[in-house]
Amino acid sequence: MNSAIWDWGYAWSILPDLLDGVKLTIVATFFGSLISFGLGLVWTLVRLARIPVATPAVEFFVQFVRGTPLLVQLYFLFFVFPNWGLSLPPMTTGVLGLGIFYSAYAAEIYRAGIEDLPLGQWEAALVLSLPIRRVWFGIVLPQSIRKILPVLGNQVIGMFKESALLSTITVMELLGQAKALGSLDFRYVEPLTLAGAIYFVVSYVSARTLRSWEGNHAVGS
Amino acid sequence: MRSVAEPIALAPAHRASSLAAPALVSMRGVRKSYGDRLIVDSIDLDVAAGEKVALIGPSGSGKTTILRLAIGLVKPDAGTIRIAGDYLWHEEGPGGLRPAGERHARKVRRSIGIVFQQFNLFPHMTALENVREPLVHVLGLPRKESDARATELLCDVGLKDHLSKRPAQLSGGQQQRVAIARSLALQPKVMLFDEVTSALDPELVGEVLRVVRKLAQASDMSMLIVTHEIGFAADIADRVLMFDAGRIVEEGTPRQVLKNPSNPRTQQFLRAVLER
Repeated sequence: MNSAIWDWGYAWSILPDLLDGVKLTIVATFFGSLISFGLGLVWTLVRLARIPVATPAVEFFVQFVRGTPLLVQLYFLFFVFPNWGLSLPPMTTGVLGLGIFYSAYAAEIYRAGIEDLPLGQWEAALVLSLPIRRVWFGIVLPQSIRKILPVLGNQVIGMFKESALLSTITVMELLGQAKALGSLDFRYVEPLTLAGAIYFVVSYVSARTLRSWEGNHAVGS
Repeated sequence: MRSVAEPIALAPAHRASSLAAPALVSMRGVRKSYGDRLIVDSIDLDVAAGEKVALIGPSGSGKTTILRLAIGLVKPDAGTIRIAGDYLWHEEGPGGLRPAGERHARKVRRSIGIVFQQFNLFPHMTALENVREPLVHVLGLPRKESDARATELLCDVGLKDHLSKRPAQLSGGQQQRVAIARSLALQPKVMLFDEVTSALDPELVGEVLRVVRKLAQASDMSMLIVTHEIGFAADIADRVLMFDAGRIVEEGTPRQVLKNPSNPRTQQFLRAVLER
């Protein structure tokens, strides 16, 4: 085996394994995002509805999730919950963990998007006697969504990178693959460098795409 | 919908008889303060069917708050408000009046409309969609019929050629005319105009005032009009109310209040406005 710091041949040879890892990273990010969007919406609606007990509970839950590290939450789901009889496969646990963690941030994003709407829009809807459902789905959300979507897009990119933490609960996503290769071949430079490069390329391209999309869909255009 | 262009002779006799009818807006002892600032101080106000009432007075005198109270955007701290006979924030029961909430207010609000200073059009909808919104979602009219009526309403305010434009593609005057058409869609019995030209460039004020004037002359709606356009108020109002510090300090016909004001505050206010 070559003892140089960087071996192109080796780097090339591990690329397929790393790309397998990327697939898992993307799958985790995709489903984690879906869960975070859905749960975040639930938190937002419960917050807005001002239901006794439920609203304060959600308020606390959101603050709690935002106030503890994702790593601790993942460990808890993976290592502690099984003691209480709730044992899920690593990937499922990871996707749930990501989804729940980011749902707290999604809830904040939704709220900011909705609160950003000028008061006059609510008043116009109110004086026209529009039904509540129509106010939300016809007036508020179509306008808020244009502010919310780009921010949610950034969150997905953030999740894509943070999903590396799933490697700590044995999910063989991109970083998990890189670490496994490193310990298998006692070479860490190539797998970790490549993993970092892949994270960067995907994030960078996504961010650029998002920004150009955002430019084309600015509010009012 | 009675078309704005449709000529209706409003003979003085008609006016006189309509004044005898029960008031369409009726406020008793209405008070509103924000924090420790008293904005509206025990106002009694009746607007008869078909009556056009102009509200004048300095900024912060409570004129706009009176309109917002009338349509239920603001809840009074005390007093009662009735629109077309129905209490806005109370329900009449066997044991007398009892407080009612937003759900009840929504029903009463159907018979009253408002045009805002800042238009408040829905920016993601075309002019036609803005006007169609209440027709489809409040009256439940079929799409075709609501399109036809929305088109008619927009033609009446002179926007035939702008049906499919978004608010951002329209001038302020055009936007305000869309807002007027939209507020007429539900055929309210009472219309409120809240300084509808104050946000407009000076050259656009005329087109909006013309529409409101035409509406005031042609329709039998009651109107409450907050305005700084004194000449306009003199033209269209049956009655003028002068507000100061949350109270009506003078009221009467335009001739009395605007030409020969007796209250020193009114005299001072008119001097300041007309010298502008």
